[in-house]
Amino acid sequence: MAETIDCDIHPGVPTVKVLLPYMDAYWADAFVQRGMDGFDLASYPPGSPIACRPDWRRAGQKPGTDLAQLQSAALDAFGARFAICNPLYGGTVAVSETMGAAICSALNDWIAAEWLNADPRLRASIVVPAQAPHLAAEEIDRKAPDRRFVQVLLPAGAEMLYGKSYYWPIFEAAQRHGLPVGIHAGLMYRHAPTSNGWPSFHLHDYVAGAQVFEDQLLSLISEGTFLRYPGLRIVLLESGVTWLPGFIWRAIKTWRGVRAEVPWVKRSPAAYIREHVRLTMQPFDAPDDPAIVAQLLEEIGSDEMLLYATDWPHWQFEGERAVPPGFSPALLRRITVDNPLATYPRLQESIA
Amino acid sequence: MSRHVVAAAAEVPPGGRKLVMVRGRPIAVCNLGGAFFGLLNRCPHQGGSLCEGLVTHAVTADRPGEYRMSRQGEIIRCPWHGWEFDIRTGQSWCEPDRIAARQYPVSVAPGADLVKGPYVAETIPVSVEADYIVVEM
Amino acid sequence: MSEVLERPTDATAKLRIIDSDIHPSLRAESDLNPWLSERWKKHIAEYGKLGHQPYAGRNTYPRFMPNTARRDAWPPGGAPPGSNLDFMRAQLLDLYDIEHGILEPLFPGNLLRNLELSAAVCSAINDWQVAAFTSQEKRLRASIQIPFEDARASVAEIEKRVRQRDFAQVQLTSRSTEPLGRPKYWPIFEAAAHHNLPIGLHIGGEAGFAPSASGWPSFYVEDHHGLTHSMQCQATSLVLEGVFERFPTLKVIMIEGGWSWLPILGWRLDAHWRKMQSEVPHLKMPPSAYMKRNLWVSTQPMEEPERPEDLRRTIDWIGWDRILFATDYPHWDFDDPRHAFPCALTEAEKRMIFRSNAEAIYKLD
Repeated sequence: MAETIDCDIHPGVPTVKVLLPYMDAYWADAFVQRGMDGFDLASYPPGSPIACRPDWRRAGQKPGTDLAQLQSAALDAFGARFAICNPLYGGTVAVSETMGAAICSALNDWIAAEWLNADPRLRASIVVPAQAPHLAAEEIDRKAPDRRFVQVLLPAGAEMLYGKSYYWPIFEAAQRHGLPVGIHAGLMYRHAPTSNGWPSFHLHDYVAGAQVFEDQLLSLISEGTFLRYPGLRIVLLESGVTWLPGFIWRAIKTWRGVRAEVPWVKRSPAAYIREHVRLTMQPFDAPDDPAIVAQLLEEIGSDEMLLYATDWPHWQFEGERAVPPGFSPALLRRITVDNPLATYPRLQESIA
Repeated sequence: MSRHVVAAAAEVPPGGRKLVMVRGRPIAVCNLGGAFFGLLNRCPHQGGSLCEGLVTHAVTADRPGEYRMSRQGEIIRCPWHGWEFDIRTGQSWCEPDRIAARQYPVSVAPGADLVKGPYVAETIPVSVEADYIVVEM
Repeated sequence: MSEVLERPTDATAKLRIIDSDIHPSLRAESDLNPWLSERWKKHIAEYGKLGHQPYAGRNTYPRFMPNTARRDAWPPGGAPPGSNLDFMRAQLLDLYDIEHGILEPLFPGNLLRNLELSAAVCSAINDWQVAAFTSQEKRLRASIQIPFEDARASVAEIEKRVRQRDFAQVQLTSRSTEPLGRPKYWPIFEAAAHHNLPIGLHIGGEAGFAPSASGWPSFYVEDHHGLTHSMQCQATSLVLEGVFERFPTLKVIMIEGGWSWLPILGWRLDAHWRKMQSEVPHLKMPPSAYMKRNLWVSTQPMEEPERPEDLRRTIDWIGWDRILFATDYPHWDFDDPRHAFPCALTEAEKRMIFRSNAEAIYKLD
């Protein structure tokens, strides 16, 4: 029976031209007049191995642009009851607030019209211009009435860390509509990808991406975001998983020593993380050794945090091995069904 | 358990503290407004000498971005890793139910009572005119 | 609840510890003057030491303790922690039976924007380490400070010091203006490998880049964590750029950078290298294989898992022979060799971590 919930798939935008029908007259004209296209993210160069599993790649097509392939390779093959579309495209990284907002709005309307309408199993995140939190909040208000949008989507590396007060309008809007905020791997490249500047390789950027998630969690905890927005649920998408225990250990240790710097952080960082944070489990980043995987799962210390995902069409695993060895049947049930339903209230509405 | 005379009360005025040894154990004796408290002078984390830490206030917040100070002089911070302990209870700030500095009962007794015993005076000369700090261990 | 009192306190007796991270301090800035030219003394007096932070005389993130130090590490008389050799002997070397300690000076020098000044200050720091510490205390060894943003001057400084037994390693900083694997730094690695000198890659520094790819955290509680990411960046860069392929005998000790992340980073690198190895065709082995061959870590700040025994798994994954004990004296997050490990170690494990692993890397006789 199709019952799994795939919490991270990536429909691709073949060209900005497909978005033009969803833009206002000025922007529909401007993209053509100025010859503007090529807004794919540097974090996912379309030709790179990470952007598309080899057997899912189609000659002459950008990754993830074929609905029929999504249906067969991602939904049917893995028995998906629902799958959440997280489109990764240039509106979220544009330096222009208005152009960024125009691309994001068009993308949301395009996803609704051409993907969600085409398959009842599909859900989507609201893509927003994090460069302009007030515009992001407007976009959330605009799309939230469509209950097929189940979360707000932000890039992991932005202009500032998300705990900063600048971003309050986004979290306010998300809380207003009961939407989790998903943070997906990928950078705006406003800052160097590492605190030592610019690495030579895409592989380095991608691997270092896990550290940005740690920075964002610490920022949200340290700035008190979870206290301001007690209902806030953060979902880390394509973040990697296995860094989490060591991160928690050091976060607790540092908090014990210097918590008076941020006295509103009344509970251990681990408590905020386990209550408010969820992670999709591709990539998992461990060896194919069930004993090691089981040890890491114990260290994570909660069976409520992981969400099943294939990350289609990104290349994270071979064949149908979307779950690493070492997950018990009970945990499998939790990550594929129970945890996604608990994380995304709007999915429960669809079932009820 | 026996009672150990460790110092003249006048040696540890309000707000003051003194490191004493009782049966080979280092005890930090603290005076909070006339009430005396004794903590084992080894941080439960890695053994830092609490007596050499900063005696400070409690820092709390009603909401993010605000700071409130209270209970001046009642919190001691380990000089090593900064763990905070409540001098009154020995409880750690961050995990009060799980981590605490061991406490020993401390009281003040007049010299006139002490000369009658049973007390262990060790090296403290006791005079009937003065008050003394007594640690139970 | 663990009670220090009840734990055995002779855990390290007779181990003759090697401490791979001790921080010596200047009594005052002028301590370096005997080795600085008139030009540089005047320059520093007028312009200070131009670095990459917003303040003229301090780092970006104020620490939580004065001088980042243990509050009980201030010597009598008020000189800065780490500046008084006698006090260091009493509070560290004698107390813990430390047979050898490696000095890692952390005051500004190796990341100054003026490269000529950087070279002059690094050289002065080296002379000062010998005069103030290693010539007076044979248990201590110095680190060769180098102006690492200028590889040619760095190699010259290494050549100048390499024959002095006072120096045990070349010191680098985990924040640099480019990831350390990039070619501009290779002459440094070539010299270190040639002389069989380990690289002591110490956490810290400010190189102008935001601590996070998403910008600047507000608080020390965040930056203290983010520092470990600079170390992860350097480990990744050294591996992916092929430094260890070109210099297979190079030994890099990552000091004070945390270490629970090391096996995790290796797995993550391996998982994605399998797909993207066409980008780094110069690598002949999976990234984790270079990490296991060429990288070591020091223990402080001790990893403190929620379940103490989990630390043994982490060490299993890293390798018991890759881990060197360090106190970080006199800094606030100092680790006491008697109590630092949250889990029990066997005598053989203690011998490796507290002594023999370091002996195998450093030439200390």
